[in-house]
Amino acid sequence: MDSVELARFLTAMTLAVHIIFATIGVGMPLMFAVAEFLGIRNNDPKYITLAKRWSKGYTITVAVGVVTGTIIGLQLSLLWPTFMQMGGHVIALPLFMETFAFFFEAIFLSIYLYTWDRFKNKWTHFLISLPVILGGSFSAFFITAVNSFMNTPAGFEMKNGKMINVEPWVAMFNDSFLIRSFHVVATALMTMAFVLAAIAAFKLLKNKFAKDTEYHKKALKLTMILGIIFTLGSMLAGDMSAKFLHKEQPEKLAAYEWHFDTSSKADLVLFGSLDEKTQEVSGAVKIPGVLSFLADNNINTKVKGLDDFPKELRPPMIVHYYFDLMVFMGVFCLVVSGAYVMTLVFKKFKRFTHSKPMLYGALLTGPAALLAIEFGWFLTEQGRQPWMVRGYLKVADAATQAGGLTLVTVLFALLYIVLIVTSAYVLIRMFRDKPAYKDVERLKQERGDV
Amino acid sequence: MIYAYIGITVLWFFLFCYIIVASIDFGAGFFTLHAKLTKQDKKINHLIARYLNPVWEVTNVFFVFFFVGMVGFFPDTAKYFGSVLLLPASIAVILLSIRGSFYAFENYGPDTKLPWLAMYGLAGLFIPAALATTLTISEGGFIKEHGGIIDLNWVELILSPYAWAVVFLAVISVLYISSGFLTFYADRARDTEAYRLLRYWFLFWGPPMIAISIFVFLSLRVQNETHFMNAVVNYWWMFLLSLLFFIGAMILTYIKKAHGVAFIFVMLQMGFAFFGYGASKLPYILTPYIHIKHGVTNPSMAITLITAFIFALLLLIPSLILIMKLFVFDKQYVEGKK
Repeated sequence: MDSVELARFLTAMTLAVHIIFATIGVGMPLMFAVAEFLGIRNNDPKYITLAKRWSKGYTITVAVGVVTGTIIGLQLSLLWPTFMQMGGHVIALPLFMETFAFFFEAIFLSIYLYTWDRFKNKWTHFLISLPVILGGSFSAFFITAVNSFMNTPAGFEMKNGKMINVEPWVAMFNDSFLIRSFHVVATALMTMAFVLAAIAAFKLLKNKFAKDTEYHKKALKLTMILGIIFTLGSMLAGDMSAKFLHKEQPEKLAAYEWHFDTSSKADLVLFGSLDEKTQEVSGAVKIPGVLSFLADNNINTKVKGLDDFPKELRPPMIVHYYFDLMVFMGVFCLVVSGAYVMTLVFKKFKRFTHSKPMLYGALLTGPAALLAIEFGWFLTEQGRQPWMVRGYLKVADAATQAGGLTLVTVLFALLYIVLIVTSAYVLIRMFRDKPAYKDVERLKQERGDV
Repeated sequence: MIYAYIGITVLWFFLFCYIIVASIDFGAGFFTLHAKLTKQDKKINHLIARYLNPVWEVTNVFFVFFFVGMVGFFPDTAKYFGSVLLLPASIAVILLSIRGSFYAFENYGPDTKLPWLAMYGLAGLFIPAALATTLTISEGGFIKEHGGIIDLNWVELILSPYAWAVVFLAVISVLYISSGFLTFYADRARDTEAYRLLRYWFLFWGPPMIAISIFVFLSLRVQNETHFMNAVVNYWWMFLLSLLFFIGAMILTYIKKAHGVAFIFVMLQMGFAFFGYGASKLPYILTPYIHIKHGVTNPSMAITLITAFIFALLLLIPSLILIMKLFVFDKQYVEGKK
């Protein structure tokens, strides 16, 4: 591999690892805050125990999230020095503010985790979760602003290969910023809800400690209800993104759907395979008009095809599979959580609420949501190829020329393997053989309920 | 041009904060490991954990802030330092990752494992060494440039006595600052055994630390004479003050009095040396490639960044005070009663 490919590979690897922990980082604070809120309001020690145990596990994922985030922050300059020199002074504001939001979150998270018993009023501790949620969401917002800038650059003029007349706020609030941040935060919340639901389902299926059943049922109910709400939010965000791409980045949307000829009543293509030479799609399910509808809520809308773009400016065709997989995983989560909520609403389905198929379905939503996140990011990042900053700087011109890149790539790969394996090992051991009912009883004793 | 100086001052200040809090953190990791190996862990480990568990993550942010701000204020640094530091910075950040995550695995996980403790304890000592290399490189003389491609001159760097002196200074300073703070913390906690051990370490590391600093200072003359002369002629008083505060801290600790003041003296000592070094290094950020005036970002971004910075401080300072109040100045917490 040459240095451009190596730099791309290393960046992709770092982000693929970081995004798992970052998603948990953005989604988790709201989860334990909701649990604590319910626990205090209903005076229910089970919810408080949920919040405590969730946040305890969170300390491990947050640590890995922090270190991988530091890595990507430095790698931006180490692997793409030309990009940072050229664009660093245009996107400095959101980068800077992301750090502040992260700072804010780190401070209050530490306080939250270590002050469970330090305040007389129970609500005081709950209130500390609010700055944590705000800090986490805002850091996601700001960092997405940086990524959005690379998709829809704004706020500068180009002169002799330099970006001049910079308007920081315009660059930050670029066209795709709001829609993409909404998508990022909604899917992070959705993923976290389903990951926790999967854990509850797993524990219910295994049923190791009979006394824990009620606790895990509570967890499942809470996370599934939150899950379906955030799934609907994510789908709305996804739909808005498609409409946005149709207007602003049509080559990306066309590549998602292998849409070559500009036409109205454009088909939505599900899976299949593509012969890149003849542009023939085989083995796919085509749904007429849906792509047009997706793009503009009207099946007669003309959707630009890839043939309108020069070959060297087209994204790689593999993004189609990422798109299909992302949507498929999202729909799967919607179906499972929808079915679960139905059994709560309609009394006659009640016996299905904790049936085996339902629990197995719930167990799969966690991995499915995480995969959707990964596919979604691969989709949007590769969909921007060959551009680093769309229309201004190509990836091929931005990579570092320094020696030692191969060694560095190998070192980071080893690091990520160690981090993932060890953090999984620690998390599993943290909760295996540690039944929740004991925590609940301890809590009751401390409060003097028993 | 004023923005360039505001920018570099702010960044230098954050780097200084990072050096202090990170030193406490890294040194504490090493002391934990050392105490475990010499079976003294019952004496001090609980004390260190009580301080570190809540704050290590905040420590990390100071560092992120520094390099993000650096690229924001001085985008040229991304190009030069980015290219040149690929290997040293990657190694530093890998060590940081091992340090941070294994700290969490060891301290927040279900039980402790000696290999994990060893990993984060040792990584903590290598990080300052790796990071200090950056300061060495910025003095100039270790970069080769041909055909528009810049790269690090490895051989030159590895053979340089100056570079090695800086590395040793960084490692010993970490142990010195860390034991200084923890002596104060142990004293507050009324933890006599931990206090005795940490005070011993502080007195032990002080003299070699100052000896190496003087050696580094003198060998700077060989590495970058302009910088050295600027330091001697214009900023000599800062280095002198630094030395006086060092003596003050040593005396107070030796006579077992006012450990809070002693640690403030340590901070002032480090502060004067660090700002004296920084101020005398200007106007070059990277000799001779990045001149502060030419490397600075455009004025509109500089104003926005400074404004954002001021507003952020309004949020951050009260938050930092709150966390200090809860975990450093709260007597009952420090004594382990909460």
